[in-house]
Order: sequence, then C-alpha cells, then structure tokens
Amino acid sequence: MKPSRLAECGNWVLDRFPVTKFWNDHMAHYYAPKNFNIWYFFGSLALLVLVNQIITGILLTMNYKPDAKLAFDSVEYIMRDVPWGWLVRYMHSTGASAFFIVIYLHMFRALIYGSFKHPRELIWIFGMLLFVALMAEAFMGYLLPWGQMSFWGAQVIISLFSAIPVIGDDLSLWIRGDYVIADATLNRFFAFHVIAVPLVLVMLVFMHLVALHEVGSNNPDGIEIKASKDPWGHPVDGIPFHPYYTVKDLVGVGVFLLFFATVIFYMPEMGGYFLEHANFIPADPMKTPEHIAPVWYFTPFYSILRAIPDKFAGVIGMGGSIVVLFLIPWLDRCKVKSIRYRGGIFKKALFLFVISFLALGYLGTQPVTPVATTLARLFTTIYFGFFLLMPIYTRWEKTKPVPRRLTKLQSLEDQIHAIEEHLPAFIDEITEVKPVTAEIGHPAFKSTFFSRRPNPKGIAHVMSRIATKLKRSLD
Amino acid sequence: MNNKGVDKSKRQFLTSALTVVGAVGSGYLAVPFLAQMQPSVKAMAAGAPVEVDISKIEDGQLIRVAWRGKPVWVLNRQPEVLATLKTLDSELRDPLSNESIQPPSSKNAARSQKPEIFVAVGLCTHLGCSPTFRPEIAPVDLGEKWQGGFFCPCHGSWFDLAGRVYRGVPAPTNLEIPPYRYINDTRIIIGESSEEKSA
Repeated sequence: MKPSRLAECGNWVLDRFPVTKFWNDHMAHYYAPKNFNIWYFFGSLALLVLVNQIITGILLTMNYKPDAKLAFDSVEYIMRDVPWGWLVRYMHSTGASAFFIVIYLHMFRALIYGSFKHPRELIWIFGMLLFVALMAEAFMGYLLPWGQMSFWGAQVIISLFSAIPVIGDDLSLWIRGDYVIADATLNRFFAFHVIAVPLVLVMLVFMHLVALHEVGSNNPDGIEIKASKDPWGHPVDGIPFHPYYTVKDLVGVGVFLLFFATVIFYMPEMGGYFLEHANFIPADPMKTPEHIAPVWYFTPFYSILRAIPDKFAGVIGMGGSIVVLFLIPWLDRCKVKSIRYRGGIFKKALFLFVISFLALGYLGTQPVTPVATTLARLFTTIYFGFFLLMPIYTRWEKTKPVPRRLTKLQSLEDQIHAIEEHLPAFIDEITEVKPVTAEIGHPAFKSTFFSRRPNPKGIAHVMSRIATKLKRSLD
Repeated sequence: MNNKGVDKSKRQFLTSALTVVGAVGSGYLAVPFLAQMQPSVKAMAAGAPVEVDISKIEDGQLIRVAWRGKPVWVLNRQPEVLATLKTLDSELRDPLSNESIQPPSSKNAARSQKPEIFVAVGLCTHLGCSPTFRPEIAPVDLGEKWQGGFFCPCHGSWFDLAGRVYRGVPAPTNLEIPPYRYINDTRIIIGESSEEKSA
C-alpha cells in the first residue's frame, strides 16, 4: 500500500530530525521505577515553576524599567495600570518562593533516599549548581523592584565579597559598577536576571536531565532497577515514563496549582514572607530599615552568617554551608541508599539536621538578640556537624538487609481495612464509660446516663506504645 | 607516500600552538568584557565635596547628608557623652583606631577634629547597612551595657558615639571617618581633607 501524503511528510522530517527517537528514549521507552511516592513530584513541579517564571518574566519585562529613577514606579504601574499586570507580577513573585519550596523538598528527597550516591553523583552536582544559579537569580531579581529591602539586601550581599582578603574591595566595586549600589548595579542585575542566569539555568536543567536519563532514577527503596531485567531487556520493576508518570505528575501539578492559586489570589505577600513590607517603600540610600531580613529562602544561610562574630569567618561559614552540600556524595560512606534500610544513627542525624535547618531559617527572619545569637550558634554547629561528622557516623551505621526487588507498598484500601479492624479496640482503650447523674428540668426527675469520657490511663498507654514504635523505627 | 604512518608529533605541536594562541586571544578579549563592568567615567566623576552648615545642629542631634551616594552623619556631642567615651576603652576592639580608616586629624580618642562635632560615614564596616542612632543609655532592647551609640540592625554590631566598634560583634573596624575640614566655625566641607589645605 502506498503511504499517505501526510505520512510521507512526516517521514521526510523524521529522516532529518529524530523526533520519535527522542520521544521514545526519554518518555515512552524510558523506564522509571514503579514505586515512586509523593516525594517524586517535586522534580517535575520545579520544571513547571521554571516555565512559569520564564513566561511571566518575559511579560514583566514589557513594562518594567531598569532605571533607578523609574524602577519602583514601573512596578507600581504594572500593579495598577497594566491590564492583568498584578496577576503576572504575583505569579512571578509567588513563583520565586514556590521554586524554593519545591527545590528544598526535591533536595530533601535526594537526602532521604540516597539519590546523590553512586552512580548519581553528577546528577547531584548539576542539581547543586542549579540551586546556586537559582539563588543568584532570585537575589538579582529581588533588587529590581528597587524598594528598601531590595536596596539594603543587595548592599549586604555585595558587601560579602568585600570580606575576601586582598581582592575583596575591588571585586565588590566591580560587581556594583559604582561606589554604592546605584543605577549601574540595577541595570546590570537586570541583564543578569533576564538573560545570563536563565540561560545557565536552562542549560543546567538539560544537563541534570541527561545525566538522570543516562543512569536512571533512584526510588524509595534505593535499589537499582536495572539489576533485574525481563527477556526483552526492560527492567522488571520499571514502567515507561509515558504514560504512567506523565499522568501521575499531572495529578501533582493539579494539587500544586491549587496551593499556588490560593497564594496568588488570597495572600500574595504571605504575611511579609514572600514580599516583604519594607519593600513597598522606595529605596533610600540614607536609611536602613529598622529590621532587615532576606526573603525566607535565604534565611538559614543568613543566620549562619550572623551567628559568626567575625566578618571574614562569617562569609566563609555562609559559603561553606552551601559548599558542604556539594560534597555529600563523598561524605556519606554508607553503601545503603534509602532511609528505609539505613541505621538509626543516620535517621537521628538527619532529624537533627532538619530541625536545625528550620530553626536557622526561623531565626534568620527575627531581629538579633543575645538569646537568638546563642541559639543560631548552636544550630550552626549542628548543621555543620551533620555533614562534617558524616564520614564517621555513617561508617559504623547498622543497616538493615536491602531487598533485591522493589517492595510493595500497602494499598490505601488495605490500610483503611486495617484501621477499621483496629478502631473499636482503640476507642475502647482510650475512653471509658462512666455513669453520669443529672437533673432534668425538675429536681424530682433524676436520671443516670452512661457517657464516654477520655481515659487518661489508656491514652498514656497508647502514647507510650507509639513512642516505643518510633524509637524502634529510628534504631 | 611514506609507510611509517602519521607524524603525530607535528600534529601535536600544531594543536598545542593553536590552543595557546587561542587562549591568549580569548584572554585579550576578556579584558574589555570584564573591564566594561568597572565604574564608568561618569560614576567616578560624581562625588563632589558637600558643604554642611553645623550651626543649627542642636545638642545631641544627628543630621544625615549624602556624600558620594553614602550617608554621612554629623553629630553634636555633649560633654557627658565625651566623658563616657573615655570609660569604654576596655570593651572596644580598636579603641585607638589603629586599624580603622580616618584622616590623621581625626585619629584621636573622640575621633574628630573638634571633640563635640563628630563626622562619620554612616555605613557599618561589616556589610554596609546604615546603623541606627541610639543615644539613650541602657534601653530595654539593647540591655544594661548600652552606653549610647550606633546599633546596626542587620547583624547586631555595636559602635559607641565615636563610631568605635565593640568586641564580640561582626563588624571588624570602627566606622569610617571621611575627609572634612572647617571653612569657619559654623560650616564644614565633607570630601576635602584639612591636611591638603594646610600643606
């Protein structure tokens, strides 16, 4: 049979540009482990937010003026006079925070399931470079509205470079392009924010994905699915990325957009965490706001900077807190990847690390007080302890046996069944039936009821059982 | 045709030579690309001296003037402030201003030409925030030890009312004193040093 005109046209293209091959290699015939859980949404969500930032960013540049005299007013102009300008701007500003939320969760996933370990070290390195580029992108973007926080935040961060011995002062002068933060600084930050860094970001995303698709995804069990293959050469525990995971990710996108839209429409400033109050005042080089704090996603690192009472050491500490992250593929000496089969010491260390990261983040938003400084120093020690002691404590970690094939997760139905079975006994344990005597209407009519009351003894029992269970899972 | 195969050493030489020439060329091109980010001639030309009338500053009052885009403070200090300054030396990192930036005429205990008029660049030597002026003694938020001074809200550095930095805070040196000179008793000019004129 003679092929149709359309098919011939299609073949003409395919002979010259391998669309189908690309689609198959990376989507339809790309096998991913079948046991991805909720933690695996955040990679594709990060991609979604990147697209959101690029599109809304392009729209914003159509009305924004990168000029120290006009910048602040042009942002207000976008907010008030440009049709739908407020929506585009809020999508962009909320997108920045959403980006960091998704990326932090994505990085945490890598930590708990050991996705940074052999053979995925380069994926982690590219990912960390992405994180650094993203921080640069966010920082430079924050200067553009030219508010008080923009100005003084940039002043502080650029001054960080002046702490470097010998070349520091010339370097910070070169970055600013003036002796103070001025029009020259704003204009070049605009250039970096809209052209240079986004290009780097897109390139790094590409490299991150190429490296990922070369070695294949890790999974919550931390087992290489390529180790067991069926006669056709496909991993037995793998499923094609498309349609299985494209469809699954669409659900994630739906849930994410629900939260994203809620923030955009009901709380775009997020109580001063996404858009800081002081940034609604135009930049004033004469006066620092009473309380300056970076946007929430920088606060853990900012806390580390503040905690160290020496200018150069503080900058080293802040930089070091990011550099150690690059090194964890080599700091972690444990062969087992997933937290499911790792020893208690790692779980406890990770728990302390998460607590200290969140605490540092909170302290970074608060003014400096002696108590806060002491706490910040304590948590900074834990933060670095987690990484620098890792080669020691991961070596004598008592790991559990790792299965050869992926394990099956209890289905939701089974879980509900199990709960239904245990629920009556559980309620009986935490409550007791007591007779209650009460008068109804007239004192002559006395009646006794039986009513269920919480039983403190039973609750204590249950609590102690949960505590033992938690302890056992940590060991 | 020779049968000895390819002479790889010549190829190697040509490849290396081309690499070196290319690297030198890129290096030369990098100079203008990087140098164009330096301050422009216009930015360097800005920063003319500023004249300030100090006759209207009341006792204990601080005024801010802009010089080269930076805030410069002029503070009128009372005798009790100057007396307090002398008692603080043990708590300061650099009480004699040996490691700090100031014109020689201001390198003294009060860090000024005339003790009562204090002139300083109002930017913290840590990371360049502008510290807040807190002349009161022992306020609730700063604690008992506060003897009046400048407090940096960004990272909590303490300076006394001569801009000298306390120990145990992030700022490394005392506040910078700009060059300035008295035109007469009521006017000063910031940005011109008194030494140049007298010399």
